Amino acid sequence: MPIQYYIALSATLFCIGIVGVLTRRNAIVIFMCIELMLNAVNLLLVAFSKMQPVAAATNTAARNAANVGIDGQIFVFFIMVVAAAEVSVGLAIIVMMYRNTHSVDVNFLNRLKN
Amino acid sequence: MNLVYLVPLFPLLGFLINGLLRKSLSKSLIGIIGSGAILASFIVSILLFLQVKEQGALPVEPLFTFINTGTFNIGFAFQVDQLSTIFLLIITGVGFLIHVYSTAYMHDEETKHFGRYFAYLNLFVFSMLLLVLGANYLIMFLGWEGVGLCSYLLIGFWFKVDNYNVAARKAFVMNRIGDVGFLLAMFWLLQKLGTLNYADVFANYKNLSGTDITGITLLLFLGAAGKSAQIPLYTWLPDAMAGPTPVSALIHAATMVTAGIYMIARSNILYTLAPLTENVVAIIGLATAILGATIALKQNDIKKVLAYSTVSQLGYMFLGLGVGAYTGAVFHVMTHAFFKACLFLGAGSVIHAMSGEQDMRYMGGLKKWMPITNITFLLSCLAIAGVPPLSGFFSKDEILAAADLHNPVLYWVGVAGALMTAFYMFRLYAATFLGKFRGTHEHHLHESPAAMTIPLIVLAILAVVGGFIGIPEVFAKDAHWLEHFLAPVFAQSKALQPEHLGDATHELMLMGIVTVLSIVMIVWAWRKYSKYQPAAEEETGLGKVLENKWYVDEAYNAAVVKPVNSFGGFLKNVVEKSGIDGIVNGAGRFVQYSARQLRLLQSGQVGSYLLFMVLSIVVLFLIFWNQGIIIAFIQKIF
Repeated sequence: MPIQYYIALSATLFCIGIVGVLTRRNAIVIFMCIELMLNAVNLLLVAFSKMQPVAAATNTAARNAANVGIDGQIFVFFIMVVAAAEVSVGLAIIVMMYRNTHSVDVNFLNRLKN
Repeated sequence: MNLVYLVPLFPLLGFLINGLLRKSLSKSLIGIIGSGAILASFIVSILLFLQVKEQGALPVEPLFTFINTGTFNIGFAFQVDQLSTIFLLIITGVGFLIHVYSTAYMHDEETKHFGRYFAYLNLFVFSMLLLVLGANYLIMFLGWEGVGLCSYLLIGFWFKVDNYNVAARKAFVMNRIGDVGFLLAMFWLLQKLGTLNYADVFANYKNLSGTDITGITLLLFLGAAGKSAQIPLYTWLPDAMAGPTPVSALIHAATMVTAGIYMIARSNILYTLAPLTENVVAIIGLATAILGATIALKQNDIKKVLAYSTVSQLGYMFLGLGVGAYTGAVFHVMTHAFFKACLFLGAGSVIHAMSGEQDMRYMGGLKKWMPITNITFLLSCLAIAGVPPLSGFFSKDEILAAADLHNPVLYWVGVAGALMTAFYMFRLYAATFLGKFRGTHEHHLHESPAAMTIPLIVLAILAVVGGFIGIPEVFAKDAHWLEHFLAPVFAQSKALQPEHLGDATHELMLMGIVTVLSIVMIVWAWRKYSKYQPAAEEETGLGKVLENKWYVDEAYNAAVVKPVNSFGGFLKNVVEKSGIDGIVNGAGRFVQYSARQLRLLQSGQVGSYLLFMVLSIVVLFLIFWNQGIIIAFIQKIF
């Protein structure tokens, strides 16, 4: 499959994420949208890393090497690990927020401003 | 051992001591330091003079390097030759007498002002000595500016009187106009010859084209016209009489105003090579002489008469320079220093006795109370009027004789001026000293103290005998001592000028006619003004024009001062207020306004921050997309 499809898919995902972050007030939905954007980037990284050496490598030996296209995918694993940690912290915050305010509306937190 | 540096050092020390300690020293000590410094300089000057007389010009004495850059360097060097020593003697000699006189004249001043006065006076002498001792144009220029500054300070000495400050400022501005010419001439010389040393300039004059020489000499003459009060820059000198009278005697009669003559005499070779400039100098000098004399005829302020007389006599000196009679001009500088200083000091003595009154309509009959002032004043009047064998006769005759050889028209116009000189001087003398007293404070009148009369006597003696160092050829062969003495300075010019000796009988005849006419004028003025009663009605016609000084000041005001002032007002009220201030205030207002507006962006809504972020990224994305960078990047990857 050509790379363009991947790019289009991840751009779409990213845009959905942005719109979600900008328009929703529910903290959990915003959180999910952030994850969506994160994963759009992950998808793009994996796609690029899979496609890039095939196109860029000049000789067949390099093209067939075992570790070709691995770097980006390993990188994505790291991102996923960090994202998992982040999700646990973030959800904990939201839970605490709900316990204190009985609401998950982010605008409610404006009060911190003053 | 060379003593040159001592000559200006003493007045400088005097200036520093009197200037810094003016509040703690007593008046007598200030007077002793001030006069003593000049006396010491005078003694050294005499030693130098004897040395020069013995062995000719001394070698140039470099003190230190003043300016040293890649292409040119200018040393702080002193040059003592025949011309400088003559000026040294005049400056320190007459200067000393005037310092002594001042100790009595200024005695009523507060101590700190007394100290300030002597400090200024010493600083003036220092600058003047620098001017005549310098071995290059730059040192001369330093002294030139220094004397201008001191002139300004001393004219405005009584700074509480507003008019005096105006006069001081006028003198300063007029001098600055001339200084521009001097500066440009120096730049021109530097550009063409790369040096300002007299020796180098005069040795290399062949490297200068005719235009260069004419331009340089004209610009130098502009400087001289400013400093020596020639048309069109002479108007500051009569106003300079606002200063104390001894200052008028020293600065505005005897020394500073002759700086221009010194400068031209010093550069004589350049002037000899520029006939056009010589003519300009001669004509302007003559015109100034006549203008000054006509105005002096109708002035009533005793110092104003002397001031215009000075302008007129300076005109004669420039006439002498213009017709190539450099010796004559220097000779006249010297005799003029004697008799004019004596006249000014005599006028000071009169003003002192009259408790500050300067208008001679309220004087008269002072002979009875002030015998010494009277006799010295009379002798000086005779000297300036050109009665033989007093000093003024010889020097003026020498200049006029040279003018006659040049062009008889110059001669006869000059003679007319000389006759007017005789008339107005004796008008002044008769109205002041003869007849009946017309003032109000008769009991006040007294002869001045010895500190004032002794300088008067010395100067009067010099005014009488001073002429004998320059007896013309027609009376005795080779009797012109001054000409022989100064010959080395003017040798180069002499070689270029065709020597034409006048016909002796012709010269004698002219001399006789002028003398007789002068005496006639003297007698006329004497008879007319010894029973002088001021006319009640206003002057009319030409008399009124002369009394108002040909309305030159008014013309200058209308032609220069007013336009400049109104232009300044325009700049101040329109350009600065709405232009410059507008820009500055506008910048401030713009920043404040934009800050107020931008503040609204920081709302505290995290969502709006995110929106701006996303929008900005989109904008950046579009920009780079447009530039093809992103496409190129993608294409590079795949």
